[in-house]
Amino acid sequence: MASVTFDKATRLYPGSTRPAVDSLDLDVADGEFLVLVGPSGCGKSTSLRMLAGLEEVNDGAIRIGERDVTDVPPKDRDIAMVFQNYALYPHMTVAENMGFALKIAGVGKEERATRVLEAAKLLDLEPYLDRKPKALSGGQRQRVAMGRAIVRQPQVFLMDEPLSNLDAKLRVQTRTQIASLQRRLGVTTVYVTHDQTEALTMGDRIAVLKDGILQQVGTPRDLYESPANVFVAGFIGSPAMNLFVADLTDGGIRFGTGVAALDRDVQAATNLSQVTVGVRPEDLVVSTTGEGLQVQVDLVEELGADGYLYGHADVAGNRVDVVARVDGRAHPNAGESVFITPEPKHIHAFDLESGQRLTRAIHA
Amino acid sequence: MPASLNITAAKVEPALLDLPWSAPLDSWPDETIAALPKGISRHLVRFANLSGYVVAIKETNEEMARREYEMLRTLQRLDIPCVEPVAVITNRHTEDGAVLQSALVTRHLKFSMPYRALYSRSMRPDTAVRLVDALAVLMVRLHIVGFFWGDVSLSNTLFRRDAGAFAAYLVDAETGQLYQGGLSNGQRENDLEIARVNIAGELFDLEAGGRLEEGIDPVEVSNGIVEQYRMLWKELTSAETFASNERWRISQRVERLNRLGFDIEELAIKTDEGGTTVRIQPKVVDAGHHSRRLLRLTGLDAGENQARRLLNDHDSFAARRGLEDADEEQVAHQWLSTVFEPVIRSIPRELRGKLEAAEMFHQLLDHRWYLSQDQNRDIPLAEALTSYVDNVLRHRRDEATIIEPPTGAITLPTAAQLEEDEPQPGSWRDKV
Repeated sequence: MASVTFDKATRLYPGSTRPAVDSLDLDVADGEFLVLVGPSGCGKSTSLRMLAGLEEVNDGAIRIGERDVTDVPPKDRDIAMVFQNYALYPHMTVAENMGFALKIAGVGKEERATRVLEAAKLLDLEPYLDRKPKALSGGQRQRVAMGRAIVRQPQVFLMDEPLSNLDAKLRVQTRTQIASLQRRLGVTTVYVTHDQTEALTMGDRIAVLKDGILQQVGTPRDLYESPANVFVAGFIGSPAMNLFVADLTDGGIRFGTGVAALDRDVQAATNLSQVTVGVRPEDLVVSTTGEGLQVQVDLVEELGADGYLYGHADVAGNRVDVVARVDGRAHPNAGESVFITPEPKHIHAFDLESGQRLTRAIHA
Repeated sequence: MPASLNITAAKVEPALLDLPWSAPLDSWPDETIAALPKGISRHLVRFANLSGYVVAIKETNEEMARREYEMLRTLQRLDIPCVEPVAVITNRHTEDGAVLQSALVTRHLKFSMPYRALYSRSMRPDTAVRLVDALAVLMVRLHIVGFFWGDVSLSNTLFRRDAGAFAAYLVDAETGQLYQGGLSNGQRENDLEIARVNIAGELFDLEAGGRLEEGIDPVEVSNGIVEQYRMLWKELTSAETFASNERWRISQRVERLNRLGFDIEELAIKTDEGGTTVRIQPKVVDAGHHSRRLLRLTGLDAGENQARRLLNDHDSFAARRGLEDADEEQVAHQWLSTVFEPVIRSIPRELRGKLEAAEMFHQLLDHRWYLSQDQNRDIPLAEALTSYVDNVLRHRRDEATIIEPPTGAITLPTAAQLEEDEPQPGSWRDKV
């Protein structure tokens, strides 16, 4: 097992002026599950392929453990791309399906049997080693496919959107399985997804990329509570954080008819008179005092105990869409007009121009 | 069928509407389904008859179906041998409104077969090697246009007989990606490694099912792809430098590529400042050197090796008649009307569909050679033809669209049939 280091790693495609991955600095600790997440074209898959040796690194370096692998061919990097191939061979037993790649690699019989058994135990497949794949359930077959990667005992697992072709139910199941298996194995894993929910639920840490540039790396909690910039704030969390431009006033920001208190240092950190303010749906409260931002309710989505209020407000002449979490039983209805205020501790402020966070990090 | 069914197709194919799209593919009635041997697939793939030809139908999600459809169309435009994309079917629902997966429909190429149909009882060593060689050619062609396959395997390929060799066609482009700027060495190496592991796995599987002739080492055969690929890649792409008085090496390189079945469309030639050395590198190469020549001369459309074989016969025809210096196209016309066409016309009509015409002609030439060896005399073509029809062709299966019991393919991750398997004698430890 080993750590992974991207050291100012850059990938510039021929004929392109902007790097697909721009000076990526990222350390993945030994045994860590790191998720690379971002919208399409952000450079997450390219980063993974650079680590796999499938993309040239035009500048900088990539290390696995202490070893510089920047110019090492893929098969000599001691990595495994999981789920690259789901195919199971119908005439071969589960044990044969899991172990045949070791045979090709010239691993001796005893060693093969030991590794297959170990992997089967981890995957709860021991009772099935003698069976053929057709006697297995869908989930078991998937575990056999994972077993193929595990028996190779690679230093790092790489997974590129492995769940994208599964239906919703199997996706949630497999998500949990992969995460728990990774923890049992303790193998350093780099996982690529465009789905922020997948990232939040699976990763020890998450690296958010946009336009080839690393935006923030941290635990799911860090990213959720203290997004480093407007992009991360809007990307992480579902429903997304409410973001709009607000005027700075004495002691805080203008929030409808009221003023929401902000850290003193926010005012000091910007010389503009406005900031982008962000509040998560669960940090908005329907006010009973008639103070706050007036919101026209368009729709309330009931989810049992909770619900989400979808509405819109007028902020300095601009229409702003607003989402707030409300009580699932007692909530305003569509067509009504309500006032909402933010929880003061959970207001995020970002520089209007740079988009960078101005508020201090919130610690849970 | 709900009116919302959505079909995207390159050509109008009204018969598509007759297929039972409102039922999940695994429950389509037998009269719709064509039984064909197939490879091992991640998704459920079944074959259906569609106005006289066979189509493969794969159930998958909409995004992947569309992506693969577009990818296959692009590959076709790039002149890559691959299955023909027919349609993408989305918005499928059952009669009671339940949502069904989208489907990709591709046309099964006539006379092309999955590797599992290329043996009667067990796969022979020379067949295995030829399959691997054909796959290497396909991989090189894909890599030259910048296509990273990601799942190279015998199962994802169809094979067509090609005068003693095979020609490989890409079937499954699901994992593939096209890179405008070409592939990195790492991507090519990775595809090669995937191919090596998958081919070995497929041969181990044949072995486990008792379908591999004894003495074949799956690992050794699968390693063959690496060697074959590297040889071809080097010939087709590498630069060579030589002294400027060795200019014959330019035409030598061109001839070598022609022999491998490629034409050079563009060759970069550079001399150094003093003009003492020349450096050449093929920039654009095109597969099908012999096929194109045959097509130009005779109008016959044949596989590369078939074309080579026919052209050899054409050349010896010219030599026999002392026509080496005559106009090539006129000679070709004579050969066609006095040799090739009479042979094909003499084959009984009911047997003509068993193989492609060019393949039959090649087999006939082979048959004549063996007869001549046996009897130690020159056998006239007409005599060889009678023997070939009665002793060989009549006993062959019809390969236009092979109908055989399908092999047990395992689909992942959708399939979930649970049935107990007989425990195998001996321990799994003996087998890993």
